[in-house]
Amino acid sequence: MNGAPATPPLFLDAGEAALVVEFGRTVDADISDRVLALDAALAAAAPEGLRELVPTYRSLMIHYDPLQLDRAKLIALVEQHLHAPVARKTAAALWTVPCCYELPHGEDLAEMAGLLGLPAAEAARLHAAARYRVYMYGFSPGFTYLGGLPEALAISRRTKPRPPHDSKAILVGGGLSAIASFPMPTGWYVVGRTPERLYAPDRASAFLFEPGDSLRFEPIDTATFAALEARAESGEIVARRQTP
Amino acid sequence: MTAMLRIVSAGPGSTVQDGGRHGYLRYGVTGAGPMDPFAHALANRALGNAPGSAAIEVSLAGMEVSAEDGPVTVSIAGGAFQVTLDGQAMPSAAVMRLEPGGKLKLRAGAAGMWSYLAIAGGFELPQVLGSSATHTRTGMGGLDGRMLQPGDRLAIGAAAGEIATGRIVAPLLERPAETIRVLLGPQDDYFSADQIAVFLAGPWTISPRGDRMACFLEGPRLSHQLGFNIPSDGVAMGAIQVPGEGLPIVLMADRQSTGGYPKIATVIGADLGRLAQARPGTRLAFRAVSHAEAVQARAAEQGFLSREITIEPLIRNRFSSEFLFGLNLVDGWVDARARE
Repeated sequence: MNGAPATPPLFLDAGEAALVVEFGRTVDADISDRVLALDAALAAAAPEGLRELVPTYRSLMIHYDPLQLDRAKLIALVEQHLHAPVARKTAAALWTVPCCYELPHGEDLAEMAGLLGLPAAEAARLHAAARYRVYMYGFSPGFTYLGGLPEALAISRRTKPRPPHDSKAILVGGGLSAIASFPMPTGWYVVGRTPERLYAPDRASAFLFEPGDSLRFEPIDTATFAALEARAESGEIVARRQTP
Repeated sequence: MTAMLRIVSAGPGSTVQDGGRHGYLRYGVTGAGPMDPFAHALANRALGNAPGSAAIEVSLAGMEVSAEDGPVTVSIAGGAFQVTLDGQAMPSAAVMRLEPGGKLKLRAGAAGMWSYLAIAGGFELPQVLGSSATHTRTGMGGLDGRMLQPGDRLAIGAAAGEIATGRIVAPLLERPAETIRVLLGPQDDYFSADQIAVFLAGPWTISPRGDRMACFLEGPRLSHQLGFNIPSDGVAMGAIQVPGEGLPIVLMADRQSTGGYPKIATVIGADLGRLAQARPGTRLAFRAVSHAEAVQARAAEQGFLSREITIEPLIRNRFSSEFLFGLNLVDGWVDARARE
């Protein structure tokens, strides 16, 4: 936290049963920190009637039952937490996620690198050298939005979506990177694929990352991909987690 | 032996839905659950089930079910469907006993898009992330994450005690959709005051493109004053997003957990079912209400559901005018008691 006092958030209704606490309008690590601090504080001392918390880039959506939890009381509670920020219950972890940039997995790597005026190998090297922040999930189960993409890889999304990619695709587009858990058509570029399962309802932890975690990609070849994928499918977690 | 409910025939679009999958929106998991939460809760409450118990959400394409290996007590509530029990017409909101081999048929009726078929004892289904709600886009929940189809058999739990049969008395099920109440926001400031006035007045026509994910509206094109891209944020059921082309889309039960278009307003909880039951071609306008008014409407529905649900016996010589109105086919009604 820096010394300047933070701007107070806006309280916006999303219907009578959801309140959006909006800290800003940009994608920014400091704003995300404030979102996640409030998320942790409310989760640690959930009032009666609080249903679900959804942290995103710059706001926290609080789903609640307005018949059990009065809107004014909820806002007062949020304001109280803003004045006494609570640290995350679990410290942010650093994840190392294996990623195969080779064909057939990195389907669009050469195309994207060409548009950026880079050799494909250099684009892959830059992507793997960066340290990312898990900002949020959205879109589909386990779809992870990552900030921290190197400037050299910043590319707009496609004007027309490309055909469906495989599950576990590593994507780049709109100045961000992402990991997609389900196959679907996308406007992003598919630069690689991870053998890890981002959504595994049969595993004790169906999801691996928490918003606020850090993440880096470890390049692997296709043979390693196949071996790790077999282990991941049998229930093992092949991404590595370190805590500071 | 456990009784089973067999799907004899089913058009597309019918799924198993419980109260929804809660707690995983933060991981990108859609809540799913019923399109008409009030009717779903009412069907369950009429049997004494917990309001969020799994029930079949029957689409406009209709369904025929049969009991196997024992009698079952079922309830239906929702749109004004045409319902027959062993060939005899029944009210569109009713509790009925289905004998082994007996057949219950639901077809599109005078009004409504969805009918809920709940069962005494409940369906025995595996849970995915704590819920049996079906989300077909991710293949999650219900029966293998898909729509129900002919030949499916659903196991039923043991029902506790005797359950009254007859018509479910629920005037709240009659919900014309000409005016849908909304709370403005969360991004109403992306629109000028005159564009908000255009949005409220419409008139909007419900497009045939809709499904469990969204209700598409046709009408005047809205313009944005602050652009139409926002950093993706949380999306509540009933959120009305306005993409670049300017036609509003109401996000419903199968919506994605987050979205990147400005949301001009959100349909209040008590009007979600009203909108979900409105057929393509329905014309409507919106009315902005206060948070307090939305909570009051919600309290009225919850109050109704928390009281004893009145079940009016189907007795031929003691029918009321409400009973006649509850029938879709006046010439085909039945004396349920006389058959015992």
